[in-house]
Amino acid sequence: MQQVFKRPVSLKDVQTHFCPGCHHGTIHRLVADALDLFGVQERTIGVASVGCSVFLYGYFDIDVVEAPHGRAPAVATGVKRARPDSFVFTYQGDGDLAAIGTSEIIHAANRGEDITVIFVNNTTYGMTGGQMAPTTLVGQKTSTSPYGRDQAKDGSPIRMAELLAQLGGVAFSARVAVDSPKHLMEAKKLIREAFGYQAQGKGFSFVEVLSSCPTNWGATPLAANARIASELIPYFPLGVFKKVEAS
Amino acid sequence: MSKRLFVKGNEAAAMAAIEAGCRYYFGYPITPQSDIPEYLSRELPKLSGEFIQAESEVAAINMLLGASACGVRAMTSSSSPGISLKQEGISYMAGAELPGVIINISRSGPGLGGIDASQSDYFQAVKGGGHGGYHIPVLAPNSVQEMYDLTMHAFDLADIYRTPVMLLGDSVIGQMKEALLPNPRPGRELPEKGWAVRGKGGAEQRVVKSLFLGDGELEAHNWHLHAKYQVMKEKECLSEEHDSCDATLLVTAFGSVARIAHTAVAMAREGGLKVGLFRPVTLFPFPQPALARAAGRAGRVLVVELNTGQMVEDVRLSVGAGVQVSFYGRPPGAGSLPSPEELFEVIKKQYQQASQ
Repeated sequence: MQQVFKRPVSLKDVQTHFCPGCHHGTIHRLVADALDLFGVQERTIGVASVGCSVFLYGYFDIDVVEAPHGRAPAVATGVKRARPDSFVFTYQGDGDLAAIGTSEIIHAANRGEDITVIFVNNTTYGMTGGQMAPTTLVGQKTSTSPYGRDQAKDGSPIRMAELLAQLGGVAFSARVAVDSPKHLMEAKKLIREAFGYQAQGKGFSFVEVLSSCPTNWGATPLAANARIASELIPYFPLGVFKKVEAS
Repeated sequence: MSKRLFVKGNEAAAMAAIEAGCRYYFGYPITPQSDIPEYLSRELPKLSGEFIQAESEVAAINMLLGASACGVRAMTSSSSPGISLKQEGISYMAGAELPGVIINISRSGPGLGGIDASQSDYFQAVKGGGHGGYHIPVLAPNSVQEMYDLTMHAFDLADIYRTPVMLLGDSVIGQMKEALLPNPRPGRELPEKGWAVRGKGGAEQRVVKSLFLGDGELEAHNWHLHAKYQVMKEKECLSEEHDSCDATLLVTAFGSVARIAHTAVAMAREGGLKVGLFRPVTLFPFPQPALARAAGRAGRVLVVELNTGQMVEDVRLSVGAGVQVSFYGRPPGAGSLPSPEELFEVIKKQYQQASQ
């Protein structure tokens, strides 16, 4: 009998600490699949950020550097410049990347650092208990926007994949979702494509992944999953926003 | 034998970094240290090194963190307001036990303050400027030659103790031109960097982190860091003394102010006053045993600083109960750097009081 589906070798055989219905485990798997595909596990250095994703090193069987909140793209810059032959990715949430780390992500992208950034957008701060994030939708209630996000006072949710696509150093910028088998397959393909840009040394690659946080959304895993399609995707459209053609 | 050069203190530090094998620099422009990034932006590319002008001091220190995690020698430099921004990264590096050299050509504050010589960041440097109760070695050069020699020493200390190390100077030391003998790199024995990330390469996973959540883990980690500080205190104190053997008044100062104090002490000696100078070269670890000995002999210490009293606290903690400690200081800013003559007058007054 042939085994047709198995754990990626870049992932450890351990249980995660993530809440029921959380998509981090799914996204970890998609990233590990891509590392396996390119056969780069042994020369990969992951950069963990602050938030639920900080425990990256507990689940990926790769070398990992832990970055201060929001600074993962700067840390990854130092790593990649010091070891240009390594495969470097950051894995960051929306508070980390789109609020406290806005400066670091924009400038690493603009320099065209040869790294891949996986941006997990679940429209809230998960680890700290569901506060308003820069990606929180207008009207969305969180523990620090109890009356709903007010566009007049809090501004509009930031569309990072489109924003970064404007920058010269960016080779690839896309947004995917992990709420349905169809979207998962597309996400898997585009995450692979992003890592492919790094494999070819073509510059900065970025994938925003729309995902759920059932615990902080106060929803069941199924209801949270459904919200990605009904509320997130209409505001954060899926697709590829920049793609430097292969030379 | 090397040729004597005539260079600025900032350039001397940059040259020493290259001699020490540093090929990675990350920084952000700020007066009065910009000669360092300017020099390295010119020289590092010739050596296949990497120079990045970062988007901020915050990014620069985190680039240093990333490069250092890979096991290479790397550095950043800045001045006081920029060093404040770097404190987050310095704390993370101290926590993750990452080597790295940070040159602080400090300026006056608080806030934007001014660009004049200053010693107002002594506390920030030696007491752990970021969160979490750590220490890093702090070296205080008082000449262009020491900017060179102590920069190389800083890289060795960083690797030996797996810690960020700070060089604390000011515009007097950074901008002044003096003769420099570019001494060769010291042959200190350095540990292997088996902890550095490089991609597993078939080996066990390596993780560079400062998060310790398991029961007792963080306490044990902090005791481990504390033990390192104790070893530093035993082994790495550096200080210099002039005319201290028979002195009845021991002037104590560091960095640029120690140079001025040295001249004032020489003037006092010419006038027949038994005055000596004690200059801490390492501010952390503070050279407590040497100072306690010299101060014990003199019985009286005059601390001079370009601030309203910071190192004087460590002096008071270092000397015996029988030693009288007095302080002369001025807040840093344009025109507040005392002249040797002014200091001589202060010394004379103190000396006469002591003799009464």
